[in-house]
Amino acid sequence: MTTFGTESNPLRVAIIGAGPAGFYAAEHLFKQKELVIQVDMYDRLPTPFGLVRNGVAPDHQKIKSVTKVFDRTAGNSGFRFFGYVDLGQDISVEDLKNHYHQVIYTTGAQTDRNLNIPGIDLQGSHAATEFVAWYNGHPDYRHCEFDLSQESVAVIGVGNVAVDVCRILCRTPEELAVTDIADYALEALRESKVKDVYMLGRRGVAQAAFTAPEVKELGEMEDADVVVLEEEVQLSPLSQASMADADRGTTRKVEIVQSFAGRPLTGKSRRLHLRFLVSPVELIGDEAGQVKSMKLVKNELYRTDAGSLRPRATDQYDEIPVGLVFRSIGYQGVPLEGVPFNVSWGVIQNQAGRVIDPETKEHLVGQYAAGWIKRGPSGVIGTNKPDAAETVDLMLADAAAEKVNMPAHPEPDAIERLLEERKPDYFSYADWQKLDDLETAAGEAQGRPRVKFVSIEEMLEARGINN
Amino acid sequence: MKISSILATKSHEIITIGPEQTLLEVVQLLVRHNIGALPVLDERGKLIGIISERDVIRRAAETEKLHETAVRAVMTRKVITGLPQDDVMSVVHTMTEKRFRHLPILQADKLIGIISIGDILKAQRDTYRGEIDTLETQIMADNDV
Repeated sequence: MTTFGTESNPLRVAIIGAGPAGFYAAEHLFKQKELVIQVDMYDRLPTPFGLVRNGVAPDHQKIKSVTKVFDRTAGNSGFRFFGYVDLGQDISVEDLKNHYHQVIYTTGAQTDRNLNIPGIDLQGSHAATEFVAWYNGHPDYRHCEFDLSQESVAVIGVGNVAVDVCRILCRTPEELAVTDIADYALEALRESKVKDVYMLGRRGVAQAAFTAPEVKELGEMEDADVVVLEEEVQLSPLSQASMADADRGTTRKVEIVQSFAGRPLTGKSRRLHLRFLVSPVELIGDEAGQVKSMKLVKNELYRTDAGSLRPRATDQYDEIPVGLVFRSIGYQGVPLEGVPFNVSWGVIQNQAGRVIDPETKEHLVGQYAAGWIKRGPSGVIGTNKPDAAETVDLMLADAAAEKVNMPAHPEPDAIERLLEERKPDYFSYADWQKLDDLETAAGEAQGRPRVKFVSIEEMLEARGINN
Repeated sequence: MKISSILATKSHEIITIGPEQTLLEVVQLLVRHNIGALPVLDERGKLIGIISERDVIRRAAETEKLHETAVRAVMTRKVITGLPQDDVMSVVHTMTEKRFRHLPILQADKLIGIISIGDILKAQRDTYRGEIDTLETQIMADNDV
């Protein structure tokens, strides 16, 4: 058996997806010192960082500071980045097997969970994830259109994406102009006629997924009043009982939202309504197929045997007039060609990160997963760190046991030759750093963190000829 | 965090046992697979009980004849089950209060997995580690400014 993990024959690892999980996996691989490892990280976009660049809200720059950690990982001599390379279109799983001992899929969750209610496909009904990608300048979403001439908007869900969407809709142009929001989104939001935003949660305030800091921030917006209904934020006896075991964050969150009840309106231009214990059951459209209102059912909570508080519909309904709807009930993973996928979970079939053949239940040697495509879309950026570490520990154990793929062409320049043939305009990390410098320089001139490139064409032009 | 994010990374092979099988077979399965409990399924695959290592130990204190004792004589029939969308934090409180360590998970009345208190503790630990790392990164970024 050939010895690998040496200077002359390094362990060659491909990481597919340059978001947090991918970078944490690379970091953990480089931390160990027993094997010489080379990591090639791929992303279908020219720019790395996944949802840190394309998901985190533009007015939350601090959260994006994690990219400095990723830059340090990218500074390792064994690290290469191949951006603008698509698994499926430009390279295949077979290509990866021909060039790498191990492959780890960290592609995240590219789409949203759908909500199957009548009218969900009406004009004016969108996935919140698309709105987020649009205002963050993701090249695939720049041509999306959202009718911001509507005065009433509903956001279904109470997680951090829902909170971000509500907050961005309620921000003033002046507040947004100092962020890295995409320029075209800033211009569209400048013309926004939105007056009322409804954020809708199925369960009570104690069960809502948003955190105390996130909801506190909603109460501090320059030009939006927060409105809550007293009866929707009083805790039911069941919720009250569950608060006995609640952590400080949950207690604080409930206090903050309850403090919004009875707050007088201060005459700000917009109103953000936080609704709890309601579920949308139907979107109602006009003759042109445009959404005009939403029917809600009021919920009550019940406790399952396992102790979870779940919502159950009552026979009471409400209807709110809305012309724009964003469903925000979670991201969803998409399958990768040639990789076993669990459709109902929206994840790669895996066991602790080893990719598993669903028929034989055996590990597909050399294939791994980390991050959201492994465990589902949950947690914060840092949650991917222990997740990736778990997968990498198994990769290293498998490497030590020589249970790796044996590529026909492990030489580092072999994959470069392949890419030069198939995708000569791929982006290196140095290319990304050039874009990064240009974006931040443009931002400095305007008092913003950066001005983003928002199309592949712009990025190619700014990068110049691929060296 | 939901139960589903724990189940997503577990083996989908669920080790089960039938009501007419013996406690000796229970012991053999628990040891072979290094697990602490077995869901009991009837001939139609319906969940009718659960048997744990603790149940076996209690009976073993009374009789040596594990090979003659049927699962149905010892199993817990009133099984507390969970759903993939259950909150992990709510579930762990129940498991602690009611002192059981394994929770079968059903979807549309079909058994799709089983999670242990160990799985939950690991998931909680990783969640807290992740949150701490995220906050530390942001605090250090503030200090760099």
